[in-house]
Amino acid sequence: MTLSITTPKPVTLISGYLGAGKTTLVNHLLRNAGGRRIAVAVNEFGALPIDPDLIEQASGDVLTLAGGCICCSFGDDLTSGLVGLASRENIDCILIETSGVALPGSVAQSLSLVAGLRHEATLVVLDAETAQKLARDKYLGDTILRQLAEADLVVLNKIDLASDDTRADLRDWLTATAPRAKIVETEFGALSPDIAFGAYAPSAFVADAPSGHGGAQPQSQSFESECALDLTRLAAALADEATGLVRAKGFLRDSGGDWKTLQIVGRRADITSARTPQDGVGRLVCIAHGAPLERERIEAILESCKPSDSSS
Amino acid sequence: MRENAANISSSVTRRPLPDFVPCIVAAARGDGNRVTATLHCRIGCREALAHNRKKQQGDMTTTIYSARKIITMNPARPTATHVAVRDGRILGAGTLEELTGWGDHIVDNRFADLILMPGFVEGHSHAFEGAVWRYVYCGWFDRVAPDGKNWTGLRSLDAVIARLAEQEKALPDAAAPLTGWGLDPIYFDNVRMTREDLDRISKDRPIGVMHASFHILNVNTKALEMAGLMRTGVNHPGVPLGADGLPTGEMKGPEAQGSVAAHVGLDRAMMSGDERGLRDFARLCVRKGVTTATDLANPLPPDTVEMMLRVTGDATYPARIVPLRRYLGDDARGTIEAAAALAEKSSDRLRLGLVKLVADGSIQGFSARLRWPGYYNGAGPGLWYIPPQRLAEALEAALELGVLVHTHTNGDEATELVLDTMETALRKHPSADHRFTLQHCQLADRAQFRRMARLGMSVNLFPNHHYYWGDEHYALTVGPERAERMNACRSALDYGVPLAIHSDAPVTPLAPLFTAWCAVNRVTASGRTLGETEKIGVYEALKAITLGPAWTLKLDGELGSIETGKRADFAVLEDDPTEIAPENLKDVRVWGTVHDGRIFEAAKI
Repeated sequence: MTLSITTPKPVTLISGYLGAGKTTLVNHLLRNAGGRRIAVAVNEFGALPIDPDLIEQASGDVLTLAGGCICCSFGDDLTSGLVGLASRENIDCILIETSGVALPGSVAQSLSLVAGLRHEATLVVLDAETAQKLARDKYLGDTILRQLAEADLVVLNKIDLASDDTRADLRDWLTATAPRAKIVETEFGALSPDIAFGAYAPSAFVADAPSGHGGAQPQSQSFESECALDLTRLAAALADEATGLVRAKGFLRDSGGDWKTLQIVGRRADITSARTPQDGVGRLVCIAHGAPLERERIEAILESCKPSDSSS
Repeated sequence: MRENAANISSSVTRRPLPDFVPCIVAAARGDGNRVTATLHCRIGCREALAHNRKKQQGDMTTTIYSARKIITMNPARPTATHVAVRDGRILGAGTLEELTGWGDHIVDNRFADLILMPGFVEGHSHAFEGAVWRYVYCGWFDRVAPDGKNWTGLRSLDAVIARLAEQEKALPDAAAPLTGWGLDPIYFDNVRMTREDLDRISKDRPIGVMHASFHILNVNTKALEMAGLMRTGVNHPGVPLGADGLPTGEMKGPEAQGSVAAHVGLDRAMMSGDERGLRDFARLCVRKGVTTATDLANPLPPDTVEMMLRVTGDATYPARIVPLRRYLGDDARGTIEAAAALAEKSSDRLRLGLVKLVADGSIQGFSARLRWPGYYNGAGPGLWYIPPQRLAEALEAALELGVLVHTHTNGDEATELVLDTMETALRKHPSADHRFTLQHCQLADRAQFRRMARLGMSVNLFPNHHYYWGDEHYALTVGPERAERMNACRSALDYGVPLAIHSDAPVTPLAPLFTAWCAVNRVTASGRTLGETEKIGVYEALKAITLGPAWTLKLDGELGSIETGKRADFAVLEDDPTEIAPENLKDVRVWGTVHDGRIFEAAKI
C-alpha cells in the first residue's frame, strides 16, 4: 500500500565522523529493509556509498537499488534535494547520510523547511574504539560533542573490538555527552531497521516479530489498550532509561479521548494528532535493543497512565 | 582589431628576406652603440616563418604600441614608453628605438595618451558575476553591468521596491519570477525587508531579492506559498517568524534559501554553467582591466567544461578563465585525479586542472571556524565544511600528483588546520614549488603568516571585505582588535608570503584597482581606517593584482608583468595609478584591455 501523499515521509539522519561505520550501517539497513522503500541521500556519490550488488541501475543523480530503494546525491544543496525527495512517489522513508562534520541538529531543522517531511530520528554512529580520542581532538572535538548532544540514538559500533572496561567507560562518558540519547551497541553496523525507521509494516500497523538480523537482536513487543491514557506521562515513563526501550510507536487515545500518534526515539517523545483506527483499538509497539524487554513492566506503565479520574 | 587605422603611423618597413639569412634574434641598445647578435638559421627564414604561422595560426606582424607610460611590474625596467607585440606575445618593452631592432613593424599610437599595465589577474572571483546581472540590481553602491549601464545605488527600502516594481512591468509572463540581488540593509539602519514589502510589487508573482553577501534571501508571500512555507511550525534558525507564526520572508543561509530559491528564479545550475553568464563575465573583465580571472568553485561537469572551452575559444572572447574544480563529497583522491585529467583539456584561454577546497564557512555568517576566544558576540565556534581527514587526503594526493590546490579558510582555526595538515602532507610528499594557496584567510595572525612562508604557501587576501563589512566585524563578529588585523597584507609581505588580493565577485564587485585601493587605505564603508599597520603601498598593491595572483596560479612566467616573452595582456588605463593620490586609486579610469594582443575597448564591448 502506498502511503497517502499527505502523510509526511519520515527522515532518519545518520551522522558521525569518518570511519565510524555510517556507510556499513546504511548498507545493512538497505539489505534488511523489510519491505520499506528507502531513499538514501548522500552529499555526492564519489567513493561509492552503496555496495555494488545492491545497485540495479545508475542514471545521473539517482541510483536504483534492490527492493525499490534508491540513492541520490544532493551536492551542496541539501534543501533542494529534499524538496525533490518529498514529492517523489514510491518512497516510504528517507535516510540522510550526513558528512562527517555536519551537525545533525541543523539538518533536522532544515527538514522543517520542506513540506511533506518529518524528522524521524537522529542516529550518531561512533567507533567504540576511537570515539573518546576523537572527542578530544583539537579540531574535531567540539563537532563530535555537538553531534552527540543532538543524537536521539548513539550507535556504538565496532563494540566487538572494545573491552568490557572500555564499554563501561564509554557508557558513563556518553551519559554525560549525549544526554538526549539512548545507546545501542552494534557490530558491523547491524542495526534493526525497526530502530532506524520505527516499526513498520506495509499494510497495517502490526508489530514485527524479531527478525534474523546480525548482531544484537531487537526485542519488539506490541500492546493493546482500549483506555484513554495520559500520554505525556506515558511518554516520559517509556522514555526512561529503566525500560530498556530505544523506540516506541503507538496509536492511542489521550485523556481527552482524541486519537494521537505517540513516537519515542531514544529519550525524545512526539505526540501528534492521528486518525481513528478502523477497529477502535489503541496499540503500542515497543522496541528494545540488546536487553530483553520486560512485558510486565510496560503493562504496569500503561496501567499507571490511565487517568485517575477516568472512572468518575 | 586595428579598426582605428588613423592612429597608426606608417613606419612599416619591408626588407626582402633571403633564403638563408642571418636572422636577428636579439637586439639591444646601450650607450648609443647598437649591438646586434646574429645567428645563422638552419632552415630558410621564409620557410620558418610560414611554418610558425601555420603552427600558431598567429599574427606575425610586429606592432609597437606607444603609451603615455607603461608600468611593467618588471623591476629591471619598471617603466617604458613602448611595447612591441608579435603573435599575441610581448617582444619587449622599452624605447621605440630599442624595439625597432625587432625588424619589420608598425607603430600604433592609439594608446599614446594612455597608461599600460600588465593585465590584471583576479585570483578569486566567480563567473556567476556575469550571470547575476540577469537579475535586478538592488545594491547601495553604484555598479556597472556587463553592457556598461551604470545602475545607481539605492538609498532606501522604498527605492528598492520602486526599482523592482518598474522592472516587473517588463516581465512578459505573469507567472515569471522577479529576482533582485545586491540588497544590503546594513546601510538602511538595518531595516529588515519583509514579505509584505515585496507583496506591494505583486501578490501573484514569486519575488526574491538576494542580499549583497549572498547569505540572506528575501521573498514574498507567493514564493513562500509555492515552497509550502506559509504555515506555522517552521522551526529553523535561518527562517525568522513573525508575530503570526509565519515566516517573515527572510531566508538566511544556504539551507533556508534552498527551499525557495528555485521558485524565485535562482537557478543554481546557472551559477556554474551558464554560457551567457560566461560571456558577460568577460565583458566585465574588460571594463575593469582584467585579462585573466578565476572561476573559483565550479563543479565542472563534462558539459560545462565543453561549453567553457567553446565559449572561451571564440576569436573575440576577451579573457583567460581559470576555473577551479570544487571538491565535494567523500572521494578526495578521485577529485584530485579528475582535476589532473582535466588539465589536459586546457586551452590558451581556459586553464584547467586546479582544485578548490572549502575548509569553513563565512565570518559574517558566524560559520567560519575561529580559534579561542571565538566570536565577539559569543556565537559558537563555526562549522567545518570538510572533514579534516578528507582535507589531508586531498592535500596529500594533490602534492603527490602535482595538482595545485587553493583552500578557502576564513577563520583562523581553519587556517591553522590547513597549516598543520600541510606540514604533515609535505613530510610525506616533499614539494619544492607547490604554491598551495589560502583563499580569504582573513583572520590569520602573524605567527600563521610565518608558518605559511616556511611551508611555501601563498595567500590571497580579501581587502574588499574590509571595506564592505569591516564595521560589522569591528562591532559584532570578531571585535575591534582582530578586525584591525583582518586581511593582513603587510604581515604577509613582511614575512615573505606571496600575496594576491581579490574581490570574490559577485560578493563584491570585480575591480582590481578598487581592491588595491582597499588594501592601500583599509577604509571601511563608514570611513573608519581599520588596521593602520596592515596597509601596503600602491606598488605592492599593484603587484598583488598582477604578478601576485599569477604566481598563485603558476602563471607568473606567462602573465603578470610586461616583459619579453610574456602574453600581450594589458590593462589600458586613462590615469596613472602610481601618480594619482593613493586615496583616489579606486578612481583610476579603465579604457579597456589588450588580451593576447587583441584590443578590447570597454566602451565598445
